[in-house]
Amino acid sequence: MNALNTFRLRYRNVGPIYVKELHSYFNSAVAYVVIIVFLAFLGWFYASNIFLINLASLREMFETARWVLLFIIPAITMRLLAEEKKSGTIELLATKPVHDDEIVIGKFLAAWSLIAFALLPTLVYYATVASFGEIDNGPVIGGYLGLLLMAGVYVSIGLFASSITENQIVAFILGIFLIVVFFVLDKILLFVPAGLVSIFEYLGTDYHFLNMARGVIDSRDIVYFVSVLGMMLACTMVGLARRKW
Amino acid sequence: MAIAVRNLVKYYGREKAVDDISFDVQTGEILGFLGPNGAGKTTTMKIITCYMPQSSGSVEVDGIDTMADAYEVRKKIGYLPELNPLYLDMNVLEYLEYSARLHGLRNARLRQRQREMIDVCGLGDVRHKDIGELSKGYRQRVGLAQAMIHDPEVLILDEPTSGLDPNQIVEIRNLIRRLGSAKTVVLSTHILSEVQATCDRVIIIHEGSLVADGTPDELQRNFQGSESLSLEIKAPVDNAMSELFPKLRALPHVESVDFRGSEGSNHRFLLHTAKGSDVREELFHKAVAERWVLLELSRRATSLEEVFHKLTRSETIQ
Repeated sequence: MNALNTFRLRYRNVGPIYVKELHSYFNSAVAYVVIIVFLAFLGWFYASNIFLINLASLREMFETARWVLLFIIPAITMRLLAEEKKSGTIELLATKPVHDDEIVIGKFLAAWSLIAFALLPTLVYYATVASFGEIDNGPVIGGYLGLLLMAGVYVSIGLFASSITENQIVAFILGIFLIVVFFVLDKILLFVPAGLVSIFEYLGTDYHFLNMARGVIDSRDIVYFVSVLGMMLACTMVGLARRKW
Repeated sequence: MAIAVRNLVKYYGREKAVDDISFDVQTGEILGFLGPNGAGKTTTMKIITCYMPQSSGSVEVDGIDTMADAYEVRKKIGYLPELNPLYLDMNVLEYLEYSARLHGLRNARLRQRQREMIDVCGLGDVRHKDIGELSKGYRQRVGLAQAMIHDPEVLILDEPTSGLDPNQIVEIRNLIRRLGSAKTVVLSTHILSEVQATCDRVIIIHEGSLVADGTPDELQRNFQGSESLSLEIKAPVDNAMSELFPKLRALPHVESVDFRGSEGSNHRFLLHTAKGSDVREELFHKAVAERWVLLELSRRATSLEEVFHKLTRSETIQ
């Protein structure tokens, strides 16, 4: 109980920062654009394929979703820290009794939640598919979980990109670049020396996502996502602390 | 003692921004931090507020070292950064709530402080407006309200009146004096009247070093010794700068001469002379010898403005 209280006190500012960022997404057009773009893309591919394939599954939707995430996530993370640096508000934040990790975690959770909110309406697609025929729930649960974890990794990468510049465009482009690197790692195995193939495959986000989307929830995939995510958040902390050098 | 700064040094790369500054601020004091732009005021304030660490030396706020426990120090300080950065897309109430939450205020206490700040800073009419829509004067009040929301013991205000019109300056100044009556306040400025109007004590820094420390009156008295003479002479010369200036400059005890303009054959100068010297007699004889007509010769008390000017002038006209 005591440890829990200490923990709550130590991270008490994550909540206010999270709320502020999420509020800022919904107060501007960002949240609605993200949700609509997401739904439109997924809906289009879902609708155009579902009758062709004639199979009750969300596989098509998940496969489209991972492409949409590639560019939509850097767009929502680019301003998180870059804007605070540019406008100088980071100085307000950093001179209050707030730990750097509270800033990073609060902002990370806000952007991640936005993606979760954008995924939420796709449950309607699930409901329709399920009404057409017998749907195998394993791949659906795995797909959603994998998508969320992969989005978490991308958000942490985008946040890192935003932490090392005060220019949002730079943060956006760098974010896309780094995310694409992680995305293609398991797709360029042909050009990789034989000894490195398994390493490249293991490092690619898509490899783990596709594993999960098959409905096999393996702890190795979860460990991969969580560790890349943690590593990127640690890098973000370093980027944020750079003012002190 | 509220703030103790000891041998503070800060390098940016190889450039020395703050060079061995030491000073104390007593509890309840309003300290004016004076210096030309780039003198190191902002850097010193950023170090006191734990935004960035110093290269060497130490800062203690209320007995707590900023390097040892920055988190505790931040709780005690309210800070208005230079240029008053704000979240323009938040409204005033939301922003004050956010600031209060980051300081750990919750529930009833939060609402109470939020209301108090709205009242004290006169933000009632704009409390539902986005900060981006507010005028500079109102934004400055929001910045002050944000700095005061957790009722800090120490207020650090970096150029709180810069960019405001004269009426707004007076308003903000009154606000600071009212708020500052129970607090320790450090405020930086390059406007001298501000210091005279608001501060109990003044520190002047120049090129990273501390060059003066005292009450506004003390500073004026200390530099009274180095007098200035206002002088107007009539002399039939074409170029006052080349013909009169060197002769005045050559007089004993004269440290520097400012040329203040001419009208026809009347020329005005301001002579700065060494401490405790009186050159009026020599000046009279000189005028007689050169056949100048002395139209005006008066001693001038040194204003704080001149103290500042003298201390922070990198080069004098020779």
